[in-house]
Amino acid sequence: MTPVATPFFFYLFAAIMLIGGILVITRKNPVHSALALIVALLAQASIYLMLYAPFVAGVQIILYAGGIMVLFLFVIMLVSIERSMKERQFNSQWVAGTVAAVALGGLFIAVYAKAEKIFPHHAIRITPDELLNTQGVASMLYGQYMFAFEIASLLLLVAIIGAVVMAKKRI
Amino acid sequence: MLHITTLHYLVLGAALFLLGVVGVLTRRNVVIVLMSIELILNAVNLNLVAFSRLWGGLHGQVFAIFIITDAAAEAAVGLGILIAFFRNKETVNIDEVNLLKW
Amino acid sequence: MHAIIDYISSYLTSDKTPGAAGNMFWVLVYIMLVFAGLSVAVIAMNWLERKILAHMQVRLGPMRVGPHGLLQPIADAIKLLLKEDIMPAEADGFVFWMAPLIVVLAAFTVFVVVPFGPTHAITDMNIGILFMLGVSSLSVLGIVMAGWASNSHYPLMGALRSSAQMVSYEIAMGLAVVSVILVTSLHGSGLYGVGGAGAGDGTLSMIGIVRAQQEQGVWFIFKFFPLGLIAFFIFAVSMVAETNRAPFDLAEAESELTAGFHTEYSGFRWSLFFLAEYSAMIAVSSIAVTLWLGGWLRPFPNLLNGDTWDQAFSFIPGITFLFFAAICFYNAVRMPKHPLFRVQTIGLFGFGVVLGLIGLALFVPAVSIRVQDIFWFAAKVSGFMYVYIWFRGTFPRYRFDQLMQLGWKVLLPMGLGVLILTAIFGLWPSIQQLIQRLI
Repeated sequence: MTPVATPFFFYLFAAIMLIGGILVITRKNPVHSALALIVALLAQASIYLMLYAPFVAGVQIILYAGGIMVLFLFVIMLVSIERSMKERQFNSQWVAGTVAAVALGGLFIAVYAKAEKIFPHHAIRITPDELLNTQGVASMLYGQYMFAFEIASLLLLVAIIGAVVMAKKRI
Repeated sequence: MLHITTLHYLVLGAALFLLGVVGVLTRRNVVIVLMSIELILNAVNLNLVAFSRLWGGLHGQVFAIFIITDAAAEAAVGLGILIAFFRNKETVNIDEVNLLKW
Repeated sequence: MHAIIDYISSYLTSDKTPGAAGNMFWVLVYIMLVFAGLSVAVIAMNWLERKILAHMQVRLGPMRVGPHGLLQPIADAIKLLLKEDIMPAEADGFVFWMAPLIVVLAAFTVFVVVPFGPTHAITDMNIGILFMLGVSSLSVLGIVMAGWASNSHYPLMGALRSSAQMVSYEIAMGLAVVSVILVTSLHGSGLYGVGGAGAGDGTLSMIGIVRAQQEQGVWFIFKFFPLGLIAFFIFAVSMVAETNRAPFDLAEAESELTAGFHTEYSGFRWSLFFLAEYSAMIAVSSIAVTLWLGGWLRPFPNLLNGDTWDQAFSFIPGITFLFFAAICFYNAVRMPKHPLFRVQTIGLFGFGVVLGLIGLALFVPAVSIRVQDIFWFAAKVSGFMYVYIWFRGTFPRYRFDQLMQLGWKVLLPMGLGVLILTAIFGLWPSIQQLIQRLI
């Protein structure tokens, strides 16, 4: 699955992701925000495919776009939104928030300007064997990161119990 | 510009991170704040996978999978809190969450 | 010009799918072929469902529109295209418009990895089965959007129930699939063969799974009998629930919720939902056929192996089509001799002639070698379609709480049990060594 026409597809999916991100934070209707986020997540899965990470792309589509966003849409439908759509959408410290984000952006630019020195471009020397990506990830998950894997499953158990208890009307 | 290097992916990740931060800091609707948090987590994932491609090992991809799992758990718990809160106060405005006990 | 012809013909001698070989022209050709085949299959399913249900209920079904109602799907399509496009007043326009698109996209994109033969797939991804399960779970989003955007309580209830059901049964499906993926990593042959400690690489790619069945010499439905059968049973029940078909169709049945999430859709938009439902049925049946029933392999690949049996089985595609042609001729001869029926009789004769020519063409060895795999795959998927219709005509509907109980309390523990037992069977040599070292 060698990536083909990488510049065209990268710019296309990057544009889709950025437009989706902007729509997420600016829409009045939460359902529209959720749909924009789904589009952005699917575009990100395509970018993962370009980065020789097909397994992470598959996990992203199944878990994020097909699981977490369905959960979001369910909750949006259960929580009545007509009243919230008539209120003011941006809070009173939006100026301070935007200034903080721009300052953070400046920090990022300052770091990335030195990118060539930190990780020079010719450092990409290994092309991962795309036929064995899943097998490699699996041998790492069940080998080196076995402890983290078990803790993640414990975390999911705690999250399930917590979500069920909190959403019950009477405990 | 035309040859896509790791820096391109990092800049894209940074831009998404900033969009998520703006969303968390400026919106009043709790659901949209939670979705902006998901944007932030995705930007971090993109950085991790880009670096995994650069250095060749699969550690970045494995960490990205753990983050996706973590985001699922956190979204579930966050939305559970939202539902419990909405049942009491009938609003999804985080400016109204200003009492320690009611 | 020569470069173009070289580009096109360079693929013909390759042994990989067009996507894996990187040949864009043949990728487009295969995409059009799959799309056309899928459309024909959905149209045929529409007619078959009405006729088979009717005959199961001791009536005749559509008989008027063409000979034996063969043109009924076309009449339905024309009616749906000409109907007025109604949108509810307070409905969210953009979401209302997008919902059928998402469901159709999810149902059709799945076919990119479906293997009709060892090289007859659009592409062979490393994560084939993961991709199929993930993209088919995107249709839940479309259903939720459809129910919400209609701004009416019947669709909303139907959408919530439908999506809750689909999400619940996805888990049982996933567990059944994982137990098969475990088996692909073994080397042994035969019903219980494991192949020594440290068995080889497993694979998630669809073509790899069928090749694993070919190498192990047994369809995975019979592997570690009865575990493969139980896993297949879990997947079969889950796939019927996943596609919202009877007996799990509470969310869209007419007598319950006035058609559920697609109540407010009319005309072409409704037909998109209907198209997506049938495509999703064919897609999950393809998963079941690839994973358990040996994909494109002919029946009894190991019990009856050898060149003569291969040749005998290679005659079956041609014989099947000639059999269908014979049925057409028989019915054409038995049509009423009234002049009003002349066009229908000629039409049925012509259809029979076309089927007969296809059957005769399938006897030519050059054609038969290439098309045989597609025929066996399509035959197995057709068997599944018949079982779907059979379920609809036989079983009463599950109530919604019974449905959820079945998914969470019965199929999920069964799936976990099958997974653990398959893992124990598969690792048996290593477990034996471990026990010997402990004792």
